[in-house]
Parts: sequence; C-alpha cells; structure tokens
Amino acid sequence: MPSPNNSDLTRVGLWRRGKDVLATIGAAGAVVLVLVPLIAIFGYLVYKGIGSLNWAFLTETPKPVGEPGGGMANAIAGSCLILLIASCLGVPIGIGAGIYLAEYGRNRFGDLIRFTADVLNGVPSIVIGIVAYGIVVLAQGHFSALAGGVALGIMMIPTITRATEEMLLLVPQTIREAAYGLGVARWRTTLSITLRTASSGVITGVMLAFARVAGETAPLLFTAFGNQYWNWKINQPTAALSLQVFTYAISPFDEWHRQAWAGALILIILIVVAVSAVRVAASHGMLKGTS
Amino acid sequence: MGVGINVEHLDAWFGKTQSLHDISMMIQANHATAIIGPSGCGKSTFVRCLNRMHETIPEARVSGRVRMGDLDVYNGTAAVQIRRRIGMVFQKPNPFPTMSIYDNVAAGLKLNGFHDRRRLDEIVERSLKVSALWDEVKDNLRKKSGASLSGGQQQRLCIARALAVEPQVLLMDEPCSALDPISTGKIEELIFQLKENFTIVIVTHNMQQASRVAEFTGFFLMGRLVEFDKTEKIFTTPSDKRTEDYITGRFG
Repeated sequence: MPSPNNSDLTRVGLWRRGKDVLATIGAAGAVVLVLVPLIAIFGYLVYKGIGSLNWAFLTETPKPVGEPGGGMANAIAGSCLILLIASCLGVPIGIGAGIYLAEYGRNRFGDLIRFTADVLNGVPSIVIGIVAYGIVVLAQGHFSALAGGVALGIMMIPTITRATEEMLLLVPQTIREAAYGLGVARWRTTLSITLRTASSGVITGVMLAFARVAGETAPLLFTAFGNQYWNWKINQPTAALSLQVFTYAISPFDEWHRQAWAGALILIILIVVAVSAVRVAASHGMLKGTS
Repeated sequence: MGVGINVEHLDAWFGKTQSLHDISMMIQANHATAIIGPSGCGKSTFVRCLNRMHETIPEARVSGRVRMGDLDVYNGTAAVQIRRRIGMVFQKPNPFPTMSIYDNVAAGLKLNGFHDRRRLDEIVERSLKVSALWDEVKDNLRKKSGASLSGGQQQRLCIARALAVEPQVLLMDEPCSALDPISTGKIEELIFQLKENFTIVIVTHNMQQASRVAEFTGFFLMGRLVEFDKTEKIFTTPSDKRTEDYITGRFG
C-alpha cells in the first residue's frame, strides 16, 4: 500500500484548516448581522430619545399642544395594565393548549388545533384588533383596557401554545416514566414533572410572545383607544405607550416628535426589564444539571 | 417486607403485534429473580406489565392475571396504587433534572401529597443510606441537582427514589447496562441487601450478573417464557435446548 507523502498530508491539513477558518468567520459574521440592527436601533433610540427623558416624562400626563413639558406616565401605566390583562388571558390558555397538544394531542383534533394556532399566528394584528372590537368594545359600548388586553392576549396564545408543545416534547419519555413508576398520577406528572422540566423553554416562549405584543399598536387603535389622562379602570379607554408614540410621531409638532422618541425608548426598556425580571425570578431556586 | 408475584397466562400486545405469549410464573417473595434473554424477547415488556407501566404506551394491551400478595394487579386496584407498591428502576438513570438530590428522593412522596417535613427528612436520609449514596451526597442534598451526579450515582439516586415510597417489590430493567464495572458492583451489592426487605425482579443482558444476584432465573425467547427455574439449574443443567444454546453463547 503506497503511503501518502508528506506534501499530500500538508495540503489536506491546509484545506481543512481553511474550511475551519471560513466556517468560523461565517458564523461570527452571522452573529454580527444579528446584533448590528439591534444595537443600531437601540443606539438610535437612545440618541434621539434620551434628551426628552426626564422625571416629568415618567411622572406626568401629556400637556396640551403648545405647552412644553408633560410626560407619558399614564401611557406607561396603561401599557402595563393592558399587558397584564393580556398575560392573564394568553399565558394560561396558551400553556394549557400546549400541554394538551404535547401530552394528549396525537390525534385529528390535535392536528386541527395545531393548524389553527399556526394560522392564528399569521393573522395580521389589526384583524385581531377588529375581533376584539367586535366581541368586547361593541358589547361594552365603549373602548377599554380590557378590549386592548383581550386583543393582545389572543395574539399571545398561538406563540405560547406552539412553544410549550415543542418544549414538552423535548422532555424525554423516561422522565415521565420515572414519575409514573412512583405511582404519580398522569395529570400530576404533567404539571409537576414534565412542565417543570421544560419550564425554561416554556418561559422563553412566553417572553417571546410578551415582547412581540408589547409593542403592538394596530390592535390597540380601536380597542384600548388611548387616553390623555390617568386611567386605572379596566373598562375605560386607556393610554398605551405604542399608541402614544404613534400619535406623537404623526403629529406636526417638534416637541411631540422628541417625546415620541423618548416613549419608544421607554417601551424597549420596559420590555427588556420585564423579560429579564421574569428570567431571574424563574431561575431562582432552580438547579441546573450538567446533563 | 416483600411479597410474591403470581403471573398467570399473561399476554401483551403493542397494537396488533403480540409481544408476550401466555407467560405464567411464580416470583418468590424476598428473593431476586432474574429475567434473561436476547434483545427484543419481551423481558422489558414483561416487567412493565407487572406494575402496569405497559399500559402507559398508546395502543398497548394486556390480558391475563397478575397477583401481587393478595392484590389483583389488573382488577379492582388503580394503576397508581399498584405502582406505589412496586418500585421501578430503569435502564438509563432518569433523575428529575430540575430537582435537587433531596427533592428527587422525596418526589414520590411529595407528589402524592405527603408533606411532613420531619418524616420526609428521615425517609430521604434512610433511602439514600440504603442505596449507599448518603455519604457521597449528604453535604449537597439541596444544593446539587440530581443530574449533576455521575451515572452510577444517578442510578443509586433512582434506587433511593424508588425505595422512598416504601414499595414491596422492586423492578429493575437492566439497571447496570449504562454503568461501568465499579458502579455495577455497587448496585449488585445493593441488590443483595435489598432482598431482605424487598422482592426483586431484575432484567439483565449480563448472564454473570444473573448468576451473581438472583436465586431464580427466567429465560425469555420471542415473547415466550422458555424456562424458569433456580438460577443454578438454569446455568448448569438447563432442561431446554434453547436455554442451553443461549447461555453457552450459541445465539443471542
């Protein structure tokens, strides 16, 4: 058998090393491409918005046109209220449906739900706004935080459902069997073992859904409607940051434009803080294994 | 104390495929019974029928009678009640990955609604001592995840978890097949001690292991129980040609 001579080996080595370097550069380049828009957006928001950001902006309601100052405190509170309602609606239904699909949904009905969730995920947000208008606003007779929350909650459901299903299916069957083998009932196994094992993935899904709807404007236009004043009642029209940014951005006033930038900055910060807080809270007391 | 298991005319199916044919067998209380046979012969299916784990798989079906002590396993008792009395240890160690060592051992009791802290502490300590893991983990009971232990430790953790619910029978489905010889040795020693208080059924691919730990051995082939006798008899003077062929390594 002829032995490969040295130069052959070196050539193979060089080509392999070359491919290795190319692949590494490619992967690093992809990371940069992902990060650049994110950093650019955040940086531009800070650049444009930081100037108008002050204590008054965070604590006062909007001033009438022409008067300088004022803030978006009511819109910040309104966004929090609407997102809270949306989460109360979307998270339990989304996770519940995901559990059904993963643990009991290997049948026609499961396929139907899966298909429906995927279609719902693709429905334009303004259409969902119209639905919430139809079922809540018309029934109540006026715009409200509840209607806004319902619209955003519906939007959260399909994302959470599919993420929960995927994450639960990743939990090895042997973990479920370990619980069954201890005489633990099936529902208890699902909640205390399977869901708990998959919890970090499920939380990621919930946070994705939350972050996605937190910035939604279209479905709030004719549900929450917006409000220039404080409102804490869920059955009253409510301001929201995204709405306020929209209103201010299309206005002809420079002062309002500057405030719109600051509002957008606050919205992003709010989302980052909420997502991080949930992450920290969820990882608290949870032990990480090596396998 | 352990109880005996009496199996009569047990058949098991996956969908339309019959994987166990007319198995009858008396498993002695407080002894170890080994189940041997080539891959796919129905060993695992058989032990999974004893604690009704078989039926957790969709389309799986069982017929026949299994009596455990004075309990009719398939008649008049809920599956979860049966499984609390028959502990199970699996082929691959499967600790609950998000739980601490303590919570893993206490899981069976906690999830069945038992919350007396002091009793739990006692039971966890005793179970870990019996499974010979206590000294290695006692300082990190609540700090370390069950999944952070080595493979052999994880398997002993799983044994402790099974023992904590105080079963009468312990089913072990190839408990050492994923372990190195030292860990295997520890588990085999453990089986010896456990026999005093439990009835043990162990599925194994390793015939030396069967002869080391078990008083009785059953040889399965293609879903049928070919021969069931004292281990010594099976390995020295088997009465069936197929058993002899298998243990002398002519097939399987």
